[in-house]
Amino acid sequence: MNTQWEIVIGLEVHTQLSTNSKIFSGAATAYGAEPNTQADAVSIALPGVLPVLNRGAVERAIRFGLATGAHIAPRSVFARKNYFYPDLPKGYQISQFDLPVVGQGALAIQVEPLSGNAKPYEKVVRITRAHLEEDAGKSVHGETQGVTGVDLNRAGTPLLEIVSEPDMSSAAEAVAYAKALHTLVRWIGICDGNMQEGSFRCDVNVSVRKPGQPLGTRREIKNLNSFKFMQQAIDYEVQWQIEQIESGHAIHQATVLFNPETGETRAMRSKEDAHDYRYFPDPDLLPLEISPQWIDEVRATLPELPHAKQSRYVNELGLSAYDACILTASREMADFFETALAAVPNDAKMCANWIMGEVNAQLNRDGLDMAQCPITAQQFGGILKRIADNTISNSGAKEVFRTLWAEGGDADAIIATKGLKQVSDSGAIEAIVDEIIAANADKVAEYRSGKDKLFGFFVGLAMKASKGKANPAQLNDVLKRKLAG
Amino acid sequence: MLNSSLLQMGAALRAKTISSAELTQLYIDRIAKLNPALNAYITLNPEISLAQARAADVLLSAGKAQPLTGIPMAQKDIFCARGWRTTCGSKMLENFIAPYDAHVIEQFNKAGAVNLGKTNMDEFAMGSSNETSHFGTVKNPWDTARVPGGSSGGTAAAVAARLCAAATGTDTGGSIRQPAALCGISGLKPTYGVVSRYGMIAFASSLDQAGPMARSAEDLALMMNVMAGFDERDSTSLQRDKEDYARDLNKPLNGLRIGLPKEFFAEGMGSDVSQAIESAIAEYKKLGATLVDISLPNSKLSVPVYYVLAPAEASSNLSRFDGVRYGYRAPEYTDLADMYEKSRAQGFGAEVKRRIMIGTYVLSHGYYDAYYLQAQKIRRLIAQDFTEAYKQCDVIMGPTAPSTAFKFGEKGDDPVQMYLSDIYTIAVNLAGLPGMSIPCGFGATVDGNPGMPVGLQIIGNYFGEARMLNVAHQYQLATDWHSRAPQGLQ
Repeated sequence: MNTQWEIVIGLEVHTQLSTNSKIFSGAATAYGAEPNTQADAVSIALPGVLPVLNRGAVERAIRFGLATGAHIAPRSVFARKNYFYPDLPKGYQISQFDLPVVGQGALAIQVEPLSGNAKPYEKVVRITRAHLEEDAGKSVHGETQGVTGVDLNRAGTPLLEIVSEPDMSSAAEAVAYAKALHTLVRWIGICDGNMQEGSFRCDVNVSVRKPGQPLGTRREIKNLNSFKFMQQAIDYEVQWQIEQIESGHAIHQATVLFNPETGETRAMRSKEDAHDYRYFPDPDLLPLEISPQWIDEVRATLPELPHAKQSRYVNELGLSAYDACILTASREMADFFETALAAVPNDAKMCANWIMGEVNAQLNRDGLDMAQCPITAQQFGGILKRIADNTISNSGAKEVFRTLWAEGGDADAIIATKGLKQVSDSGAIEAIVDEIIAANADKVAEYRSGKDKLFGFFVGLAMKASKGKANPAQLNDVLKRKLAG
Repeated sequence: MLNSSLLQMGAALRAKTISSAELTQLYIDRIAKLNPALNAYITLNPEISLAQARAADVLLSAGKAQPLTGIPMAQKDIFCARGWRTTCGSKMLENFIAPYDAHVIEQFNKAGAVNLGKTNMDEFAMGSSNETSHFGTVKNPWDTARVPGGSSGGTAAAVAARLCAAATGTDTGGSIRQPAALCGISGLKPTYGVVSRYGMIAFASSLDQAGPMARSAEDLALMMNVMAGFDERDSTSLQRDKEDYARDLNKPLNGLRIGLPKEFFAEGMGSDVSQAIESAIAEYKKLGATLVDISLPNSKLSVPVYYVLAPAEASSNLSRFDGVRYGYRAPEYTDLADMYEKSRAQGFGAEVKRRIMIGTYVLSHGYYDAYYLQAQKIRRLIAQDFTEAYKQCDVIMGPTAPSTAFKFGEKGDDPVQMYLSDIYTIAVNLAGLPGMSIPCGFGATVDGNPGMPVGLQIIGNYFGEARMLNVAHQYQLATDWHSRAPQGLQ
């Protein structure tokens, strides 16, 4: 990347809100139904039908506003965005224009630079606004030769469009922001975050400029549905814009699409083709009024937010910022950690290491996410408890963990059945050590003459003799003492 | 029987003097005879009507009748009615069979009323003469060379010609009151939000309001009891307690303060209309009312304001008629844009297209502030004028329309002349107030033909419907203009 160029990025993210019914009608919003089976009279815009606002969608917008420290408008207005398209049954989309429900907020992000040895850093991205709107339906091509079908199941699905300030200056920052937002909307339970199903769609505005210069002309990359594509698309787009400018061409405002096959962005329409949407307040809907009481009610149901949890993990539990960040990657992850930690309140680091290590590795291996974890945090805490009180060794614990993962059950029962309880009786360990020393006099002599490396040999023999059950720390102590003579 | 009031008809049905099936058949026969000349109905379905009548007779026999049970009525073709073709007067919906009932239709069905048919109207309720209907003009029963007014012209003609006992209309800028005036019947546009708009095909959502049209204020009150009420499917429907609109009909008018806006009596009103209105006001003085001179200084702006706001909303409301999911689609087209263009060009009539273009223009980037926003500001000023006026008076009176019914084609070439037909009614919609028109005399005889009906407009304060009906009913007890019927219908 040419370092004399500054990159400016802002995001518009469409999050599909997790209501059961549509934003202006009672039709279901479930994904994947047969075409048009979730299209009621309002969804297909029959003559005479009227929109009625779903309060669940508003409640979710309030949750988002509270979670980003934003101003929640006591009065906001739904407007009609007018344009013709077959998947837009009314000929207008009901959205919010100059008076959105959520005003300025902010989101703190952890950025992990993609290249070089630069260290992770925190940054705050300002959120300009978030507004409620309805989704359009879908055009279906190719089902019947020469005919385009229209599926209106998705028409009227509630969306919260979240618009950021152009505060990001690299693909890494843009991806970090998108990920943080993705975590947040799932965390506060307003969106399932399923990117394959289009529940979380990102539009990325990119421009470049020389430092100190006014903002360059931006191009908008539409509808990115994976973080990997987002990074690739931004990298390509930035390079393309720089090359254009350096070879004497101006950038024209345009909407572009990213092609994952070629890794390139390509212009879809230019500003000259831009619609005049003729926004005006929707006369079928009253202004949306949100009382302070309603906001308070929603606030009372809001969980502790990721950023607050991270601070608490660092300051109260002594974890590193990195660990805290990983453990708050999702609410399920944090819940798992905190529930398991209840079993070993003084061993936060061990608990964190086990989750980030064994648990995450198993989840990855099985292609699961934390919500699908086959063992509960309570079951898992049962293992940690037996590590902490020295009942089992680390290797014994791993065996218990694998058994629990595969077969379920209870840690203590597995320890008993498999005989994994480690020997911590110092008399028994001393007896084993005495036997070994007696049976290997030559090696003992070598050790005593300075061949320290043989220590491992003795540990191995002793472990074997104890059938792996000797408490390793205790065994080490006894061996060291007795070998010293 | 055809001249009976709704109360009298209800009593006759309950007394078994006549069955609903017999009464309905009477109307069906009369419609068959007179409608071909008047063209008041777009769609008739005698089988459905008679089935409803027989069901009503069962209720009547079981003693479960409500006031309107078994009474044959008609519905403006703007209301979706399950199983009925619902055209809104447009080629666009020529073959559209509604799969659901509008709130208003539901209410009449629940009340046990019989639906005789869907009445003719200006296309998408855009017009003041019924000349924009795709299904042909409606003739004024008083003189078939003249318009019935619009847009609820079919309803007005059907009620005046006794082709139904009463019927529904809708009023966006005068579409109940002006045709009521021109056809010599009574019509009420309620306060915005009193009658649910659910299932009523939208013209200009912030102005549209359904209301009753009938031969007397008493009949209107009975219909209001059925039509009005909160409906959660319309976000602009008002949550109020049910009220009996007939409760005050018989109150004396002593002490009633009638506001007379000087702007309504200044200029532009025909002298025959002016005479009839002045006689009516004199009658009110006799009934104990006092007159108050008031001013509505911004009302002169109501026509231009209306012709910004109503087309703006209409241009968006009518976007759904795109030929994709239902309604008219051009038989041939080359691509998507061509399909939209041809379907809409062929499916909409000239007046509808004119208003879509006006509306699209005033909402366009760069013009929105100058037109739409400015019009919204003046709309508030117009409403404030009324609020001021109601500090001094209880109701406001004036003419409903500047002239009596005009001849076909007389204003057809000049949209602005046509728009001025609603000069006295539009401010009421902009303010969201209730307004009504009742017959108060006849205009000058022309070429030896008898004079055409004149309507007196009564404008009430918000939710003043019961009081307005009282004011109208007392006048109708003292006069007989409302019971005159057009003669010589063949």
